[in-house]
Amino acid sequence: MTTATELTATEVMRRKSRLFMIGAFAVAAIAFAVIAASSINKNLVYYWTPSDLRHAGSKAYGATIRLGGMVKKGSIHKLGGSAVEFDVKDATQVVHVKTTSVPPQMFRENIGVVVEGTMVPGGYFQSDRLMVSHNNEYRAPAKGHPVDRKELERLMKSTEGLEGK
Amino acid sequence: MLAPLGKMLILASLLVSAAGALLGFAAGRTRSREALLWARRFAYAFAALMGLATLTMEYALLTHDFRVSYVEHVGSRLVPTWVTIVSLWSSLEGSILFWGFVLGIYIAVATYLTRGQYEDYQPDAIGVWLSSAAFFSFLIAGPASPFGVVANPPLDGPGPNPLLQNHVLMAIHPPFLYLGYVGMTIPFGFACAALLRGRLGHSLLKPLRASLMVPWIFQTIAIMLGGWWAYEVLGWGGYWAWDPVENASLLPWLTATAALHSIVVVERRGILKGWTVTLIQATFLLVILGTFMTRSGVFNSVHSFTQSAIGPTILAFLAASILFVVVLLAFRIDRLETEGRIEGAASREAMFLVNNLLFVLLTFTVLIGTVFPLVVEALKGKQMSVGRPYFDSMVVPIGAALLFLVGIGPALPWGRATREQLKNALLPPLFGAGLFAVIGYILNIRAPWTLVTLAFGGYAAQVTLGQMLLTVLQRTKRGESAAAAFVDGNLRRGRRRFASYIVHGAVTVAIIAIAVSSSMRQTTELAFTKGQTLRASGYDLTFLGFEQRQEPHRAVTGARFRVARDGKVVATLEPKMNQYQMMREPVGSPAVYSTAAGDLYLSLANLDVANESVFITVYAAPLVMWIWVSVILMGLGALFSLVPARRATAVQSRESVPAAAETA
Repeated sequence: MTTATELTATEVMRRKSRLFMIGAFAVAAIAFAVIAASSINKNLVYYWTPSDLRHAGSKAYGATIRLGGMVKKGSIHKLGGSAVEFDVKDATQVVHVKTTSVPPQMFRENIGVVVEGTMVPGGYFQSDRLMVSHNNEYRAPAKGHPVDRKELERLMKSTEGLEGK
Repeated sequence: MLAPLGKMLILASLLVSAAGALLGFAAGRTRSREALLWARRFAYAFAALMGLATLTMEYALLTHDFRVSYVEHVGSRLVPTWVTIVSLWSSLEGSILFWGFVLGIYIAVATYLTRGQYEDYQPDAIGVWLSSAAFFSFLIAGPASPFGVVANPPLDGPGPNPLLQNHVLMAIHPPFLYLGYVGMTIPFGFACAALLRGRLGHSLLKPLRASLMVPWIFQTIAIMLGGWWAYEVLGWGGYWAWDPVENASLLPWLTATAALHSIVVVERRGILKGWTVTLIQATFLLVILGTFMTRSGVFNSVHSFTQSAIGPTILAFLAASILFVVVLLAFRIDRLETEGRIEGAASREAMFLVNNLLFVLLTFTVLIGTVFPLVVEALKGKQMSVGRPYFDSMVVPIGAALLFLVGIGPALPWGRATREQLKNALLPPLFGAGLFAVIGYILNIRAPWTLVTLAFGGYAAQVTLGQMLLTVLQRTKRGESAAAAFVDGNLRRGRRRFASYIVHGAVTVAIIAIAVSSSMRQTTELAFTKGQTLRASGYDLTFLGFEQRQEPHRAVTGARFRVARDGKVVATLEPKMNQYQMMREPVGSPAVYSTAAGDLYLSLANLDVANESVFITVYAAPLVMWIWVSVILMGLGALFSLVPARRATAVQSRESVPAAAETA
C-alpha cells in the first residue's frame, strides 16, 4: 500500500518536473525567436536600384542599402584622400554618391557599380564600400550594353570579398 | 571517345546504386542473408564505377580532350598542370562528379569495415547510403552531366575561375570540404537504421561515433581552409563574413559537434538516444541544404558557378529527405528507450545537455540569418540580406557561453555531486580566468566581450590542463615516474579522454585568437609614391616600385614594399594585381607577413604604373596565425581520439605483442 502511494508520488513529481521543463523550454524558445527577429529586422541590407531608392522615400535615410546602377558619364570627381563622388543611374533615376572607400582598379565611367551605405540628410548617398561589376563568366562585354542587368543583380547579391563592419 | 564512356559508367552506377538500395532495405525487412550479400557487392560496384568515371574525367582534363563538355567548359592548355588536375572540382558538373567519387569511397569503406558486424543495422544503413548514391548518380547522369559530347570542339578552353587559380589552397580546401560534407551520409545511414530497427544498442555507438568523427575532422579543417583561402586571396583582411556559403559549411558542423557530445552521454548514461539520432539526421539535412545553397546559384559567390537546373533537383531531394526523416522520427523515436536520467543540474551530463542546446541555438541563429533573405525573395520578390551585425551580436554571446562550458563541463563530475566536490572543482579555475583577463587588460584590450571571452578562456585552459595532468598526478603519487604515467595514462589507456582535452585546449586557443584578432584589428588606407615611407600600426612601409612579369596564363603587376619595425627591416611584401586571360578586370592578391604575435596584411586597392603611385589598405591584427594552428590541432586531437584505446585488451596485448613482433 505504502509502496503504491510512493510510486504515484514520484510519478507526480516526474510529471511536474517534465511540465516545468517543457514550460521553461517554450519560454526560452520564444525569447530566442523574439531576440533573433528584432536583431534581423535591425540589420537588414536592402538591394535597391536608384528607382527603388527614390520610391522608398524617407525609408532610405538611415537604412543599410546596397545601391546598384551605372556610373554616369562625366560625373566622377575626386574629393580629398581616397574619397570620390559620382552619380549612379538606372533607366529613370539618378542618385548622387560620395564614397570614402578606395575605388577599385576597374572603377570608371559607364560601368556597373554597387555601393553600400545610406542616404544622409544632405540628400546624397554616403557609402563606405564600392564594388565594381565583376563578371567571372568570361563573356566579352556586349557592345552598347555596358551593364548587364542580371550581372548587376548577381553583384548586388554577392558578398564574397566584402569586409563586414 | 571519353564522353560516352563516362556517361555509360555513370548510368551503370545509377543502376547498381538503385538496385543495391532496394536490396539493402529488402534485406533489412526480410533478414535475407543473400540480399545483404548482394547489397554489399552493389555498394562496392558503385564505388568502383564512380572511381572509374572520375578517372575518365581526369584523363580527359589532362589530355585536353575538348570533346568532353566539362573540359570544354573549364579546361585550358595555358594553365599549370596542378590547376588542370584540380579543375575537376572547379566548376559545377565536375564538383558533383567528385561528390559521387567521395561518396563511393565512403560507402565502400564503411561497408567493408562493418561487414560481419552490426548485421542488425547494416542492411538498412546500406539502403540509405545507396539511396543517396542513386540520387547523386542521377544528378550526374542528367541535370549536371559533365560528360556531354561537344560537336565542334574548340582548340583551347577558358580555364577555371581565376580566383580559384590564385592560390594553392584551392587544391586542398574543396577535397576536405567534400570529405566532410559527403561523409555525413554514413552516420546518417546508421541513425536511420537504428530508427528502422527501433533500437540503438550500445554496439552501434562505436561505428556511429567513428563515422561521425571522421567527416567532422575533415569538415573542421575544411572550414578553416576556406577562411584561410579567403584571407590569403580575397584581400579584405578578414577570413569570415557570414557569407551564405560559409554558413552552409558551418551549419552541419555545428549539429555534428553537438552530436559528438551527446553520443558520449548515450554511452555513459543511456539517455538522449532519440536526441542524438535527430542531431545526426539534422546534420545530413543541413549538408543537403548547404549543397542546394552553394550549388544552385541562389546565392552568388565564387562557389556558385552558374544558374542551373540542378537547383530544383537538389531541392526536391532535400524535401524528400526531410519528409523521410520526419516520418521516421515520428513513428520510431519512442522505441529508442531511455535507460537512465539526468541526476542533477550541476552534473557533467547536465552540462552536456546545455552544450547541446547552445549548439542547436547557434545552428538556428545562423540558419535563420542565412535562409531569411531567400524566403523573403521567394514570397515578396524583394532582394535583401541580413547584415553582419546580426550574426556578430547573436553568435558572440552563445560562443562565449560555449567556451564557458568547455571550462565548467569537464570540471563537474558525472551524476550527483556534493557541495564540497563542487567547491573543489569550480573555484580554483577562477585563478586562470582572472589571469587571462588581467593579461588582456594590460595588453590594452578594452572590448567587454573580448575580456569576457578571455576570462572564460582562462577558466577553460586551467580546467583542461588540470584534467590532462590529473592522471599523471595521481599516478606519480603512487610512485610511477611522470613520463611513464603520462605515456600510459594519457597516450595509451585514457587516450580518448586525453584527446578530447587536446581538442578542448585547441578550441580555447581558437576562440581567444578569433576574439582578440577581430576586436584589435587596425585598418589604414595609404597612398604611396615610389620611395615614400609611411607608418601604419607600428610598421614603417617603404614603396620600392612596381615589378611586372608575364606568366603563361596571366600578367602580374606587383608593388614591392619594404617593411621595417623599430628601424629593422623584417620583410619585403609584394601585393599583386593579376590580369588573367579571358578576364576583363584584374584580380588582386594580398601579401601577408605573419608572426606568432600578429599579421601585417597589405592589399592593393588601386595602382598607377605610369606615375609609380599606389593605394593600399593595411590591416594589422594580432594572433591570426593561431586560428589556423589551433584548428589543425583540433583535427589532430580528434584523429588521436579515433585510435582505439587499449583498456579492454591491455592484459592480452602485453602477452601477444612480443609474439607478434617475432612473427613480423
